[in-house]
Amino acid sequence: MSAIYKKELRSYLTSMVGYVFMAFILLIIGIYFSAINIGSAWPRIGDTLSNVTFVFLICVPILTMRVIAEERRQKTDQLLLTAPVKVSQIVNGKYFALVSIYLIPVLVIAFYPLILRKFGEVSLGMSYTAILGFLLLGCAEISIGVFLSSVTENQVIAAVLAFLVLFVSYVSEGISGFFPETAGASLAAFVILILLVCLWIQSMIKNVILTGVFAILAEAALVITYVVKSSLFEGSIQKFIGVFNITDHLTNFTSGILDISGIVYYLSIIVIMLFLATQSIQKRRWN
Amino acid sequence: MIQVKNLVKRYGDQKAVDNLSFTIEKGQIYGFLGPNGAGKSTTMNIMTGYLAATEGEVLIDGHNILEEPEEAKRHIGYLPEIPPVYMDMTVGEYLRFVAELKKIPKAEREKQIDDIMELVKITDMEHRLIKNLSKGYRQRVGLAQAVIGYPDIIILDEPTVGLDPKQIIEIRELIKTLGKNHTIILSSHILSEVSAVCDYIMIISHGKLIASDTPENLSEMMVGSNTLELTVKGERGTIVSEFASIPGMDAINYVDSEEDGCTDVTIQTPKNVDLREEIFYKMAGKNCPILKMHFTTISLEDVFLELTQNPDLLEQKDEEAAENRDDVAADEKSEVE
Repeated sequence: MSAIYKKELRSYLTSMVGYVFMAFILLIIGIYFSAINIGSAWPRIGDTLSNVTFVFLICVPILTMRVIAEERRQKTDQLLLTAPVKVSQIVNGKYFALVSIYLIPVLVIAFYPLILRKFGEVSLGMSYTAILGFLLLGCAEISIGVFLSSVTENQVIAAVLAFLVLFVSYVSEGISGFFPETAGASLAAFVILILLVCLWIQSMIKNVILTGVFAILAEAALVITYVVKSSLFEGSIQKFIGVFNITDHLTNFTSGILDISGIVYYLSIIVIMLFLATQSIQKRRWN
Repeated sequence: MIQVKNLVKRYGDQKAVDNLSFTIEKGQIYGFLGPNGAGKSTTMNIMTGYLAATEGEVLIDGHNILEEPEEAKRHIGYLPEIPPVYMDMTVGEYLRFVAELKKIPKAEREKQIDDIMELVKITDMEHRLIKNLSKGYRQRVGLAQAVIGYPDIIILDEPTVGLDPKQIIEIRELIKTLGKNHTIILSSHILSEVSAVCDYIMIISHGKLIASDTPENLSEMMVGSNTLELTVKGERGTIVSEFASIPGMDAINYVDSEEDGCTDVTIQTPKNVDLREEIFYKMAGKNCPILKMHFTTISLEDVFLELTQNPDLLEQKDEEAAENRDDVAADEKSEVE
């Protein structure tokens, strides 16, 4: 794993991509920091960070698009996959290299509260909680990018996919606003969602009877729950969409709460995405 | 060393590898020979664990490549068709990365890398970026990568494709040198290459193993015939009647020669029959000078063409495949010339 980590880190530090990523993050945060914190003499860096989460929409796809897709296109994955290392080690090595690149701008940001302290009272605990949240958010979004880079051998497609997923997650709060908060609306949304999931399963296993049975059972369970206790459904589609709103989980951190559920949430995303990336590489061998 | 059992690989409805079984013994150079698209690369990719087989299994030194991949892969060095090199690294950086990836102990790494660079003659290139190297040098870097860690088995997929004739000879020499201490499997669609380097040949066509033996046995195995080509000066009638009196021919064919007043004669004889002296005295007796006489025995190339083209040996023979084989046959001809 360390071999891949070192190689990946070096390749990002000897090409433009790594520096563009770091420079862009620092530039945007620098602008917001000087406007919000320095210009208005405002002690909470969390407000700056919660305002700049959009940088990930652009930066993360650029950083992660080539990480696995390029290996596949250049056929260098033949070297990695025939070497005595586990696929999960390959994915983890690459992921940690990307996180290390991301750590550099975060370390620079970690000096900002100290700068602010020169001019007055600043709560360091609150500031570093916000920076921790920002770090976790970035790591989670990078893991999504790594997974999406593993599903294609085309860097551009990988970048577009990563952008789309991050963007949908970014605006998911707005999307959930489209749905009325009534139980009926949630039921309808879930019914459609299950059908879509079943279509996807059907395309994977190509067995009409099995998917049919699964679809009917799932829909029936849904309707029975609705009939028995419809209050469960009130606002539930909003909650469901909220799970995918990655940036929303930053709010607690930026307001100074060391949110254990938020930490668990981000770590789960990372673990799931790296697992999916590993599986998607494994699966390709069987095609 | 390697056991391949009933290997099947399907891509959709197409069978790239069809029930392939063979065993590789220690310390020999094996050659996979077959036309393009015969399933050589797929087989190699499965043997090295890059692809998974649809059915069947591969055992490397007793370890199943899918169940104990790390243990099995430790024994293998692999050079795929396209050398898996990183363009943005220097040769030295790349080989150090591979050595670490293959878990070579730190103390041995530098010495091993130096030795291997010496072996494949890339020591001068150590500090150059791989993207600035020529195809031949990239191939050598790929070969160096496969040799790192001195694995028991080195698998080379078409190691000489795209190289110039001098480089081809150098790489062949290198493979022979490596063959002294390692088991080597190489694939090629060029027959002269396989027969020049390998101790043992496996001919693959349509994903099936259709023959496997030493080069000598393979050409002996075929019920071969000798061919005698002559250009004789003199009257056609005299020549025909004289040849008709010689026993022991399988077939004879007369064609007008490009030279005036001459006839080209092609004679097929059974294996251990040599008619050259007899023909010489007969023609001399009739005052018909022999301007050319050329004696050929069946070559490995004929075996290869025979085996990959003979419809009896193949279950299905679609037109596309036939076309493919013709291309290869043409390649072979130009190669020999």
